[in-house]
Amino acid sequence: MKRWLPTAAALAASAGLWCTPALAGKSDDTLNWATDREVAVVDPYYNNTRELVVMGHLGWDALLFRNLETGDYEPLLATAWNWVDNLTMDLELRQGVVFHDGSSFGSEDVVYTINHVTSEDSGVLTPKNVSWMKSAEALGPYSVRIHLANPFPAALAYLSNAVFIMPEGHYDSAPTAADGKKDYGAVSANGTGPYRFVSVKAGDNVLWEKNDTYMEGSPKGQPSIGNIRFRTIKEMNTQIAEMLTGGLDWMWDVPKDQAERLEESGQVTVENAKTMRVSYLAFDVDGDSGQTFFTDKRLRAAVAHAIDREAITRNLVGPASVVIHSACHPDQFGCTQDVPKWPYDPDKARALLAEAGHPDGFEFDIYAYRQREYTEAVIGDLKKVGIEAKLTFLQYRALRDLVWEGKTPVNHMTWGSSSIPDVSAITSHFFSGGRDDPAKDPEVVAWVAEGDSSTNPDDREAAYKKALERISGELYWLPMFTYAKYYVYAKDLDFQTTSDEIPRFYAAKWR
Amino acid sequence: MLTYLLRRLGVAVLVALTVSLITFSMIYLSGDPAVALAGEAATEEDIESIRRYYGYDRPILIQYGEWLFRALQGDFGQSHYLKQPVAQVIFERLPTTMLLGLCALVFALAMSIPLGVLAAIRPNSLIDRTALTIAVIGQAMPSFWFALTLMLWLGIVWRLLPITGSDSWANYVMPSIALGYYITPAAMRLTRAGMMEVLSADYIRTARAKGLRPVTVLFKHALRNAILPVISLAAVQFGFMLGGSIVIETIFAINGLGFLAWESIQRADLPMMQAIVLVLSVFYIVLTLLADMLNAWLDPRIRVA
Repeated sequence: MKRWLPTAAALAASAGLWCTPALAGKSDDTLNWATDREVAVVDPYYNNTRELVVMGHLGWDALLFRNLETGDYEPLLATAWNWVDNLTMDLELRQGVVFHDGSSFGSEDVVYTINHVTSEDSGVLTPKNVSWMKSAEALGPYSVRIHLANPFPAALAYLSNAVFIMPEGHYDSAPTAADGKKDYGAVSANGTGPYRFVSVKAGDNVLWEKNDTYMEGSPKGQPSIGNIRFRTIKEMNTQIAEMLTGGLDWMWDVPKDQAERLEESGQVTVENAKTMRVSYLAFDVDGDSGQTFFTDKRLRAAVAHAIDREAITRNLVGPASVVIHSACHPDQFGCTQDVPKWPYDPDKARALLAEAGHPDGFEFDIYAYRQREYTEAVIGDLKKVGIEAKLTFLQYRALRDLVWEGKTPVNHMTWGSSSIPDVSAITSHFFSGGRDDPAKDPEVVAWVAEGDSSTNPDDREAAYKKALERISGELYWLPMFTYAKYYVYAKDLDFQTTSDEIPRFYAAKWR
Repeated sequence: MLTYLLRRLGVAVLVALTVSLITFSMIYLSGDPAVALAGEAATEEDIESIRRYYGYDRPILIQYGEWLFRALQGDFGQSHYLKQPVAQVIFERLPTTMLLGLCALVFALAMSIPLGVLAAIRPNSLIDRTALTIAVIGQAMPSFWFALTLMLWLGIVWRLLPITGSDSWANYVMPSIALGYYITPAAMRLTRAGMMEVLSADYIRTARAKGLRPVTVLFKHALRNAILPVISLAAVQFGFMLGGSIVIETIFAINGLGFLAWESIQRADLPMMQAIVLVLSVFYIVLTLLADMLNAWLDPRIRVA
């Protein structure tokens, strides 16, 4: 028996040496970050996950840059821009910029990109990001004109966040897929951004390396960290284990309890930061679902007064979360909180129930798809005033079908606005009379349309304010709170969280 | 024997078809795949356009029929999400899952056969009780919890093994233990029962009476006969482990077929899900068939019945 003991010990020792976690972090100048998503297509037009929004800003540049501190738009690939009229915008382009393959950037690249993504057969996964543009034309080697399909006041937000410039002819080499369609997402990534694409292994990782020839004067600054590697790790506990053993340098969406324990450990930096996502309750104000309680505004108000939103943000979401009163995120242009409010007041809720003929409360179905614990807190609050809410928890795609069919008396939903800092990305989406609109109030629809079609900021704000006042006043929605995310990152990583849920890894540094 | 084989083959094909049809239907029951593909911010027009683009606007039976016709020719279509041929992606990831399944099976047999033999030699002894305890724990403990426990001690506290990945043999140690432990109890109990039955057989008594060494009697005469049902069980359990690796691959971030299945379900990648379910079910069916054949070959009463 003693003979195999040294062998076993040697094996264990060699395993220990051999199995040291892959180098990560400052020691090999590689920032490893992970989420639970698999990335296979590295193109922001052909992969609409949050991961590709993040990588889009690494590998490519947009025409404009939005300064998150001031909210202003600054030059990036475009150095100047002006509205010729409501449907035409001229832009002057930066000179001396090169793509990662060494080709020079100019107006033909912008024209090619815009005309490709707006073409009917482009197959862009989120057409909304580009369908507001009709076409582009070159006015000179560094001057372009963009023609809009309709007046679109949020154009600057999209130009800075969703329209990344590819080199002319980029998609021409796309292979033809088995179904006969062009596979544009298969073309190897090539942009002007601060990081250069190196490799992708679907389901495993995507590697980027620093672009040493990144343009001078970019508001993004010069990249500092040598390599950035995205890793797919589905299980949150596994991500945490990798974080604690040095296999990861950055992660997010950590549940509150785990984030607090990690913070107590002192091994990592933990930060709670606000996001553009909001939570809301949408009522079936027309009674289409067959449960007609919420056609009575007093019962909607009873629900609103019964829910302690402050307690939910404080105890469940995180310190960066705030209660909201209007159907938008406070950081979005045109969003005002100066609307009718429905503070937590259970006594008033009981009184309203009695006034509406339900002194002992009533029972209804509530639908949700995200963070079950938040919805359960809502259900708990309602129960205290005698209202019984029966929860049906579904996947998003299943719930959205039901919402569109009008089968949900109340749905507890969230919306991230694609990080677009403009109310048109949320209020206009939900209150323009479409299938997502719970009320289809003609006046609200008209006000929203007015705000959507003007390029005058004051006119827009005034129109949206009227719509938001009506939405909150009539309780078509009960706006709940903003989401906050827990970020966990290595102690030696100098990283700034942002409110738009787009981590700027290109600005990160080692301490 | 040939009749029995043909009958079993017919059943196997029917099972595979039924599985694929049920999967196809269930994808639609869980919501509109076009909504999942379009993402949260998509407008109604975006979703309608995607529905038309991928042909989800056609009757489900026509979609299924077309898929089946192509699948029979080896064409599983294109992944909506990965934008690659489904067959190519599956065969890229299958070796990882097969390797994990094999490692887990080896671990399970290496644990269960010696323990089963020891328990059979010394029934109701401390060894037998210990083996029984291991069996009960193995059956009762959820594999995800066991996997996380292994990760905590071997990965975080002692830092002996890497936590994620599939780049080296060390990456497979924890997942193989976690996956293999679940089938260890059944194999161990079967070995024990088989050994106890064989050890009381006349030919073993004869072998002992002839003065053969106990080790020879045990391993050459008894175990060789007692282990046959265990091999049959192992074949079936191997199929189970290929399908059951979803949880383990997800926890250890192993880029195999199980992980791909889980991801494909979440993003409603219809062609990928269909193909994975079909491949896994065919594996399971083939292994079950082989086990049945083996049993029938060993025991004529089965094929006659």
